[in-house]
Parts: sequence; structure tokens; C-alpha cells
Amino acid sequence: MCATCGCGTDQVHVDGKILHHHDHDHPEDAHAHMHVHCASDMNVSRRVKIERAILAQNDRYAQSNRQFLAEHGILMLNLVSSPGSGKTTLLVETIRALQNALPIAVIEGDQQTDQDAARIRATGVSALQINTGKGCHLDAHMIGHAMQQLTLQENSILFIENVGNLVCPAGFDLGEAHKVVILSVTEGEDKPLKYPDMFRAADLMLLNKCDLLPYLSFDVNRTIEYAHRVNPSLHIIQVSATQGTGIPEWINWIRNECRQAAITQVKNVHSLQSG
Amino acid sequence: MHELSLAESMLQIIEDAAAEQGFTRVKKIWMEVGRLSCVEKDALRFGFSVVVDGTVAQQAVLEIIDIAGRGRCERCSSEIAVTTLYDACPNCGSYAIDIIRGNEMRITEMEVE
Ligand SMILES: Nc1nc2c(ncn2[C@@H]2O[C@H](COP(=O)(O)OP(=O)(O)OP(=O)(O)O)[C@@H](O)[C@H]2O)c(=O)[nH]1
Ligand SMILES: [Mg+2]
Ligand SMILES: [Zn+2]
Ligand SMILES: [Zn+2]
Ligand SMILES: [Zn+2]
Repeated sequence: MCATCGCGTDQVHVDGKILHHHDHDHPEDAHAHMHVHCASDMNVSRRVKIERAILAQNDRYAQSNRQFLAEHGILMLNLVSSPGSGKTTLLVETIRALQNALPIAVIEGDQQTDQDAARIRATGVSALQINTGKGCHLDAHMIGHAMQQLTLQENSILFIENVGNLVCPAGFDLGEAHKVVILSVTEGEDKPLKYPDMFRAADLMLLNKCDLLPYLSFDVNRTIEYAHRVNPSLHIIQVSATQGTGIPEWINWIRNECRQAAITQVKNVHSLQSG
Repeated sequence: MHELSLAESMLQIIEDAAAEQGFTRVKKIWMEVGRLSCVEKDALRFGFSVVVDGTVAQQAVLEIIDIAGRGRCERCSSEIAVTTLYDACPNCGSYAIDIIRGNEMRITEMEVE
């Protein structure tokens, strides 16, 4: 059933089906070089050097996802935020603006329910729901499976809506081109400092629900200043998913990234041909 | 963050090593955890004690080596101590700091039999 795999948990569901737990060995894992210090009798204690990053396996899956995406010229964007910042609303608007120009697919991550995937499918694009159960983030292995099930088109866009959580999705590379962090103005200016890992991991920040600014004492400039302390090269766009302001700039950003993905694909093909 | 799933990844690394190296019991594990890695050490210890129950690492002592944050300023190139991800360079005030140490999350060595 699984072509790539290693890990996974029996709490994870992809479109309602259990993502199997894999107990098989991973020959590729032999990369980690282990030196046996004093290999003598089996029952005698010995020291084993191992030097293995805890997330090494996730990073390998991420790399294979990235390779697949590059070969097919697919732009994968990983949308991360706290719960309720407006990711799904924003995705629906984004799909409406782009779906006549480009093929789009969406992977939805939530602990429970497939409501967000249903909201996406209502636009006509295909969406796959991953339910992580108790898990608080998506990992690269789940995404690899989801990508196999989605039959992705060449030169398309694959959006991932991560589990609403400003903490741990920052630590998991899924193989995406960029993490896009969404912060809504009702959450407070201090979030970039309180959850710096996420704002550092992202390349773009969408400041959402800007239509509500007249009713709040939210200081936009201070938020931007905080975000730039954590990540000086973070690009920031102010948007309102419900009113549509700022959406054209976000769409332009995406289109530009799609061109980059196409260029990467061409390079990839050339290097395969010459190599 | 997600210390339980990190503990599961650790167990996978240990079990892979056990299969390859033919050991049946892990007595001690040395690991490096950087202060900027956002791992809560007590939560990791707890998560680890839960996931290793009934495995080769059931009785393993977890020795966590703490790694302080270090960075290099992109503007003035000085190497500095980093305690938060929004530290400014003490020499030039820039926030553009490359983290060079303090993100570690890795198992370095084990005592096994
Ligand atoms: N005023 C205003 N409300 C918004 C905007 N964007 C989203 N909302 C509202 O915010 C609420 C949450 O929006 P969702 O799109 O479900 O948020 P989400 O980030 O997908 O939520 P989770 O997937 O549960 O984390 C809904 O009631 C939206 O109508 C916006 O730009 N302005
Ligand atoms: Mg949503
Ligand atoms: Zn699998
Ligand atoms: Zn998590
Ligand atoms: Zn400096």
C-alpha cells in the first residue's frame, strides 16, 4: 500500500482511511554511520555513536516530496496559523481568483472533521482531508501519501492548510516551496515575538481581517516591526479575505512563485538529460 | 511542541539501530537539545518514558546535553550569544542573525547491551 514509507500513526486518517503504521525496516536509514566502540560479547555494555537528528526521517520524506514537485513544476505552499485566522476563507477566495488560470489542489489538515475540505470542494477543485487525531501538525510522510492520492497535474499549485497551531508546524519541513503564515488582526500585535519560530520559518506573512481594523486598537506598524525583528526578510501583505482587499497582491505573489516553479522544473529536466 | 511525536521519532531511530547493531537493551542515551529548538525537555522526558514502555529502551536513562544559542550577524559578521529569535546584534543593532548553534535535536550516542 505504501511505496515510500516508514513511519506514520494509526490515529492519522487520510480522507477517512487509516494511514498505516509501518513496521518494516528502512534500508536507506543505514546512512547514519554508527561506530561500535567495543563490540565484544553481546551482553557486555558498549557505546554506540549515532549522530542522528530526531527529525532526520521527516526531512528525508520532505526531500522526496520536494523532488517530485520540482520534476512536475508544482508549487506547494504550506499555510500555517493559529486556529481561526482565516486560512480556509482565504483559500476559497484564492481559488476563485486563480482556478481559471491554473490547476489547483488542496490538502487540508485538521485534528477532526472534513468540513474544511468540503468548503474547498465546493469551489470545484479537489481537496484531500488529513485528520491528525491527537496530532498537532502535519508531517512530510502524511503529505507524501496525500500527494500520491491526489493525482496532481503538471505546473499546478498545491496548497496545504496546516493544522491551526502557531507552534509545531514550524519545525516540520513538508517539502513546500514556502511556508505562508497568516496572522489575523484580532490575535494581537505580539504574536511574532511570542511564537517566533513560525514567523522565522515563513517567507510570507498575510495579515488578515484588516477590514476589522477600525474596530480594534491593533497597531499594524508595530506588528510589522516585531515580525521583522524575528525575520528581517519576511514579506508582508495586508489582506481581508472577506472584503478582497490585498488579495490581488497575494495573487501576484503566487503567480510569480509559479513561474519560479516552472523554471526549476526546466532546470531539473535539463540536469536529468545532461546527467 | 509535539514532544510525544519527537519521542516516537527517537524510538524509531533507536529501534532501527537495535536491528542493525543487534543490541537488545539500551541503558543510556545521550542527546543534544539546543535552547532555540523549542523542545520542552521535561515534556520530552515524559513523552519518551511513555513511548519506550515495553521496548528495548524501556530502562534507558536520558542524558540531555543543553546547547546554548549562537549566531552570526549578517551585517557585521560578529559571532554572538543568542537567547531569543528576536535578539538584535549587540555590536551593530541588526536583527538579521544566522543561527549557527542552538537548534540541535539529535541523538549522539547510546550505551547498549
Ligand atoms: N472580518 C473578517 N472575518 C474573516 C476574515 N477571514 C476569515 N474570517 C472569519 O474568521 C472565521 C474563521 O475563518 P476560517 O477561514 O474558518 O479560519 P481557519 O484559519 O481556516 O480556521 P481553522 O481551520 O479552524 O484553523 C470565520 O468566521 C470567517 O468568516 C476576514 O478577512 N475578515
Ligand atoms: Mg480552516
Ligand atoms: Zn506510509
Ligand atoms: Zn505538533
Ligand atoms: Zn552586527
